[in-house]
Amino acid sequence: MEGTEHKNIVLSEVNQKLLELLPSILNEPDVEYGTKIDEVVLNVPSNLIHPICKTLHLNTELFFDYLRCLSVVDYKDILEINYHLFSYTKRHKMVLKCELNPKKPVISSVSNIWKAANWFERESHDLFGVVFKDHPSLDRLLLPDDFEGNPGLKSYPLHEYKEW
Amino acid sequence: MEINKNVNESGSMVDMLINMGPQHPSTHGVFRLVLQLDGELIVDAEPHIGYLHRGSEKLCEAESYSQVVTLFDRLDYVANLNGELAFCMAAEKLLELEIPDRAWYIRTILCELNRIASHMLFYGVYGLDAGAMTPVLYGFRERERIQSLFEQVTGARMMHNYIRIGGVKEDLPSGFENKLYSVIDELDAAIEECDELLTQNEAFLARTKNVSRLPIEDAVNFGVTGPILRSTGLIEDVRISEPYGIYDRFDFGIPIGNTGDCWDRYYVRMQEMRESLSIIKQAMKQIEPGEIQAKMRRIVRPPEGECFVRTESPRGDLGVFLVSDGSQNPYRVKVRAPSFANLQAIKHMLEGVYVADAVVILGSLDIVLGEVDR
Repeated sequence: MEGTEHKNIVLSEVNQKLLELLPSILNEPDVEYGTKIDEVVLNVPSNLIHPICKTLHLNTELFFDYLRCLSVVDYKDILEINYHLFSYTKRHKMVLKCELNPKKPVISSVSNIWKAANWFERESHDLFGVVFKDHPSLDRLLLPDDFEGNPGLKSYPLHEYKEW
Repeated sequence: MEINKNVNESGSMVDMLINMGPQHPSTHGVFRLVLQLDGELIVDAEPHIGYLHRGSEKLCEAESYSQVVTLFDRLDYVANLNGELAFCMAAEKLLELEIPDRAWYIRTILCELNRIASHMLFYGVYGLDAGAMTPVLYGFRERERIQSLFEQVTGARMMHNYIRIGGVKEDLPSGFENKLYSVIDELDAAIEECDELLTQNEAFLARTKNVSRLPIEDAVNFGVTGPILRSTGLIEDVRISEPYGIYDRFDFGIPIGNTGDCWDRYYVRMQEMRESLSIIKQAMKQIEPGEIQAKMRRIVRPPEGECFVRTESPRGDLGVFLVSDGSQNPYRVKVRAPSFANLQAIKHMLEGVYVADAVVILGSLDIVLGEVDR
């Protein structure tokens, strides 16, 4: 989904630098680089997510030490996982995007890189049914353990009653 | 409290499981913490959340953009205006709206007042958590002044629905300036009074000093933000590092701690109230008459696209991830709630401390369960 051109909000200087720096450090042909409003956006194949996150976290020039947010968007034909990253030392930010097959949504957990991912991943598992491999305890978080279904998905009915 | 005793094969007691909550006054809402004890030491802690899950994010997908604002009121119900602001900023970013100056000044003044009200509530209940009965009376008295001011401006005490996409609902009422100045004077004196009452109290110091020190690396790795992160010594405030609105026009400091213990978390918030007061005073000097709503269509319909906005709520880094498909309803709204990420660290913080400190440590995080469970 491509956003429209924003006139007044552009990539800041640090993020511009990051965009130039990223391809040489990651050195992965399958990764797509782009921008969206004021953020650098990377489209990553789901099998590469763990090694790339590890590089982003450990590389001294990138040093993404803070996982700000992990969210899932259901586009019906694909499930898109968004990792919003920020670096306190380098002051740059980016978004990692990863597309999953909604019939078999499996991806590696990044909770051993950023501990912050633990609950975000459990929540995504709870509401969207995404399975995070190697997660320490992938149980339901917000919903009761005996709940059936994944209410975050677009296929889950929002209002069961009819308007009267 | 429900107590189970785990017994090994020979019949002697190994360790004890204690259910703290969900109906426990010191959990500040409905939150359950299962503590595994070895004598008086906590061996393991397992937090259970979700008792207040209302599916707000999913509900947003069925409401129009202007209706969603009311749902954001109910997330962080101690700092409602800060929540409203975050969503409105996200929608405005997609719409590329220019917000009039006066609207931004009104928003900033009210949000900073809300920050003080939220920290005053924290001050009161944290005193209770640590065993002091008096501070809550003072904290609530000051919070009440701000709440009644809100009531005059927005018409409601909690669920304001005042900040709207494109500006604010209506202009400040007549006589607001004088009332605000008298509240500022009262708050100035009250913060000093509260400070004297609790900060250097010997019993309070004994309960909070050097309790649950959080190293800076752990705090960052857990995604902890807001006053708790600043108490570890990291200078980080979204209002300064990524200024939004008109925050670049004010001169204010970021209070930080140095050890990251419970007392630092408390004291950072106390100092933050003074900084917020200073912002309000500066804003009152700069505010000028003018428009309070941007010119826009009545029906909000942002173009296709997505954006992420970050704001500094009293509890930390409040982010909203908004995806629009060009229709009248948001396609997806994800709230990056600061309390949610802060609460994750509780398991790590509680391991190896005395059970008597559990309440003080949980209190120092200042969680709001409405925001954790969404």
